[in-house]
Amino acid sequence: MQMLILALAVFLMLNLGAGMWRVLRGPTAADRMLAAQLFGTTAVAILLLLAEASGSAALRDVALVFALLAAVTAVAFVRRAWTDREEEHGTE
Amino acid sequence: MAPSEYLSAALLIIGGLFFLAGTFGLLRFPDVYTRLHALTKADNVGLGLIVTGLALQATSWTIAIKLVFIWLLVLLAGASVAHLVASSALRKGIRIWKR
Repeated sequence: MQMLILALAVFLMLNLGAGMWRVLRGPTAADRMLAAQLFGTTAVAILLLLAEASGSAALRDVALVFALLAAVTAVAFVRRAWTDREEEHGTE
Repeated sequence: MAPSEYLSAALLIIGGLFFLAGTFGLLRFPDVYTRLHALTKADNVGLGLIVTGLALQATSWTIAIKLVFIWLLVLLAGASVAHLVASSALRKGIRIWKR
């Protein structure tokens, strides 16, 4: 069971690495932000798995903070940071 | 292994597959709206399955309830973020993908 949980954590980590490609590629700022959203959800899952595998309960609190921060980051991005108009490259 | 451990392992593996589907959607779908659809739904279901699988193994009720509350927070955040990004993208004039 321990083995399965750790393997799953590594697998999710690889998922994160694959998501990096979208950050590089874009094309709009929103696409990059969506990848950040993916990182938030996946990081929560990884931390919960590691909390179970290593038996340190504090990691669950870290996961809680990650969930909160991902939400706040995305709202701040939409309301404050995303100002430029992007009509010229709407679709690939 | 107890039966609940088999169930827990199955839930964890299916959850991992949903995460894989979400990542594939983010990489392969053509525009920001479809990517939003892949990401905010598939990933939250995957997290829900992983949380259920871990809650089955939890040693006390407080841990299981905490896991469920973390999932509910992520669900709430995911839903509001999807709505905000999509409506903001529409207002900025990002075109919707058509075949």
